[in-house]
Amino acid sequence: MLMEQDELKREEDKCIQEYPPACTAGCPIHVDARKLMLDIQKQDLKSALATLQKKQPFPGIIGRICDHPCEDVCIRKDVGTTIAISALERFCVQNQTATSKKMKVPPKSQTVAVVGSGLRGLTAAYDLAKKGYKVSLFEKADCLGGNLWDFPEHQLPPEVIVEELSVLNRLSIQIQLNTKITRESLAKLREEFDVVYLGLAERSNDVMELLVEQSWVDQVTCVTQIPGLFSGSIVSNNSPIKSVADGRKAAVSIDRYLQGVSLTGSREAEEPYETKLYVNTKGIPPLAAVQMKDEIGGYTPEEAVQEAGRCLNCQCLECVKACIYMQEYGSYPKKYLRQIYNNDSIVMGLRQGNKMINSCSLCGQCAAICPQGLDLGKTCKATRESMVSKGKMPPSAHDFALRDMAFNNSEEFALTRHQPGYNHSKYVFFPGCQLSASSPEQVEKVYAYLSEKLSGGVALMLRCCGAPADWAGDQELFQNSLQVMVEQWESLGKPQLIVACSTCHSMFRDKFPELVSLWELMADLELPDRGSNVSGGKVAVQDACTTRHEPIIQDAVRHILTKLGYEVEELPYSKERTKCCGFGGLTSFANPELAGQIVEERISESTTDYVAYCAMCRDNFAAKGKRTFHLLDLIFGTNLEEAAIRPRVGFSYRHENRAKLKRKLLHSLWKEAPQEKEGAYRTINLLLNERILEIMEERRILIEDIQQVIESAERTGQKFINPDNSHSLAHFRPFKVTFWVEYQPQEQGYMVLNVYSHRMEILEDGHE
Amino acid sequence: MNNSPKQTKKTPWKCGKCGGELQLGTIRASYLGNEFEVEELKCLNCGYVLITEELALGKMFEVEQSLEDK
Repeated sequence: MLMEQDELKREEDKCIQEYPPACTAGCPIHVDARKLMLDIQKQDLKSALATLQKKQPFPGIIGRICDHPCEDVCIRKDVGTTIAISALERFCVQNQTATSKKMKVPPKSQTVAVVGSGLRGLTAAYDLAKKGYKVSLFEKADCLGGNLWDFPEHQLPPEVIVEELSVLNRLSIQIQLNTKITRESLAKLREEFDVVYLGLAERSNDVMELLVEQSWVDQVTCVTQIPGLFSGSIVSNNSPIKSVADGRKAAVSIDRYLQGVSLTGSREAEEPYETKLYVNTKGIPPLAAVQMKDEIGGYTPEEAVQEAGRCLNCQCLECVKACIYMQEYGSYPKKYLRQIYNNDSIVMGLRQGNKMINSCSLCGQCAAICPQGLDLGKTCKATRESMVSKGKMPPSAHDFALRDMAFNNSEEFALTRHQPGYNHSKYVFFPGCQLSASSPEQVEKVYAYLSEKLSGGVALMLRCCGAPADWAGDQELFQNSLQVMVEQWESLGKPQLIVACSTCHSMFRDKFPELVSLWELMADLELPDRGSNVSGGKVAVQDACTTRHEPIIQDAVRHILTKLGYEVEELPYSKERTKCCGFGGLTSFANPELAGQIVEERISESTTDYVAYCAMCRDNFAAKGKRTFHLLDLIFGTNLEEAAIRPRVGFSYRHENRAKLKRKLLHSLWKEAPQEKEGAYRTINLLLNERILEIMEERRILIEDIQQVIESAERTGQKFINPDNSHSLAHFRPFKVTFWVEYQPQEQGYMVLNVYSHRMEILEDGHE
Repeated sequence: MNNSPKQTKKTPWKCGKCGGELQLGTIRASYLGNEFEVEELKCLNCGYVLITEELALGKMFEVEQSLEDK
């Protein structure tokens, strides 16, 4: 099991999205004002009233007289004025009458006497009757409501009081008017009823008279010193909503008391509190409250909708706003964590979260943005490791990337050499596999530059840093790769490692002392002569996501750009908050469509030309038509116009570029005759048009895969022929993928007409 | 794949080895330890099975994906 329940809980707790908005937390009875605002915006007053009724015992009354502490904490006041929640509640109850629902609660035998029919007593009686208790309500006056009758008629019309309180009859509450409770009759009530509640303000004359020296009341539970007797815990009746809350608090205690459970457990969230929900108001235009044309009549429907529309609908969602991946699955980390946990716990059945888990870039942006530092990528990565260890990782997700890694660590590309003429090295340059694939010529230039500028010998090491294995959750493969890397490095005498790629940097950070980024180094060295190709102007920096916590590298890049005469534009998300280009975490392999969206979104952030210092960022942006330089383009200053629009090098040619780079360097620098490539299929000449190259790229099929199919088919005759057009169709399964190629032999080679593949194996004797 | 409609469309492909017509025949397929039998076009003489692009990228891909998530 990946995560224990308590660890999941800890991670889930970091996500604050489900905490209530400030208005709800600040309301003594926690009315969901945020939902109320949405209801009004939708002009759904029925739903609005239901929202009120969920928490308010007599919405028609409270909606008209509430003293609205919610408005004091409304976040809208930071950008304009607080939402007129109270006026909008009034609008609701004036324009929508409550539909009384038939309440079906199994009746309980226990009895409660409520003394006083102000808001405390009314609320307690209502709440307890709803729970099925037999409630009797005692009022000294000749009508229910106490102070409610003191409100001006235009604010709280008498008929509203009567109508709203009629619910008490429907709840079968016994009402005793004109019944003043004295010390003597209280003693009698205590004998007759299981519980007596004094719905009176604390230390009010009535209470003092009844309880005398025993008038202490517990603030949390409303219990008094007398068993079975509860009383109001708030002094004064100034705040109607606090009186309601006081009555409700007593009702909760009385219910617990009668059920024989703890009166004090988990009551923290009953009082008004400050919510943990973070709301970012940056960039929200300020708006003042909508004014009523008729103060007495209240908001008109149009005004109400407009005023409710000012509600910020408080949410955190900081990470979701920043990340296309988070948006893709329509929820937020708290929910995702649960889904991931459940997905990993499945014993039988479909794991529906696999693609989600494999689609995260593991870039750490969410953790950098989250007010609580929640890192969903960390969980995704740990889950991938769990999936791999259980043999439950879908093979198609990372297979291609891992084969690419294998190629890069094979004889085709891997190379470790001291600088020509040296048998020791003070430094070793590690350009990384992607820069070597995207711009092998720049690797040559950088190596020549470093060899010239640094003394003490600069070795060269070509291979993969192991990131694909780490991202794919294959820790064994990653550690093995790293081990080989360490051995090679030791064989060079442990020189200082200079890396051009920030992903390599992130993989090596903990393993190699004195690791230095090429940019950090170049920022301090004299930059190469750029001849006449000095451009200047403005560029927007794409920080590689793997430098998120490397301010030294980020600053070095900006320093170099400034030295080169460029003005630096910061993208909305940069440095610690930068966005991944869709390559990180192998997103582009597990979910190419999503990776495409990630790129589209990132390149739309500015119209300025971008500059990237990661070959994958550059290639991914350029592939979608965004003018993007690699920092090395600007440093060496060659053909800048071409450099900005240089297309992405496809998968097949990435292999070829790396292999060629190795052979070229071996030949030119070390005067070694490179080994000839093995395999008869390599001599198969292919004719590939643009359309086919695109299909190959999309379907991740390489030139060498096609060559192997055709070589095998032509050698064995195992193929299909279409007599109508003399096309051939053949397949070959070099590993766990079967490749199919439709082709036509021509004079100069084989014209490739279509390619596709499948992973399923056909077991027919003559087939494979 | 077990539910895939039988391929009745006439295929232009003929066996490259014997020149024979392809006919629907039972074949065995396997993925991630799951084996099943399906009807696909094959050369009955040579046993050579045709997997079309439509099948590979359609039904076959779907089955692969759902087996991977099992």
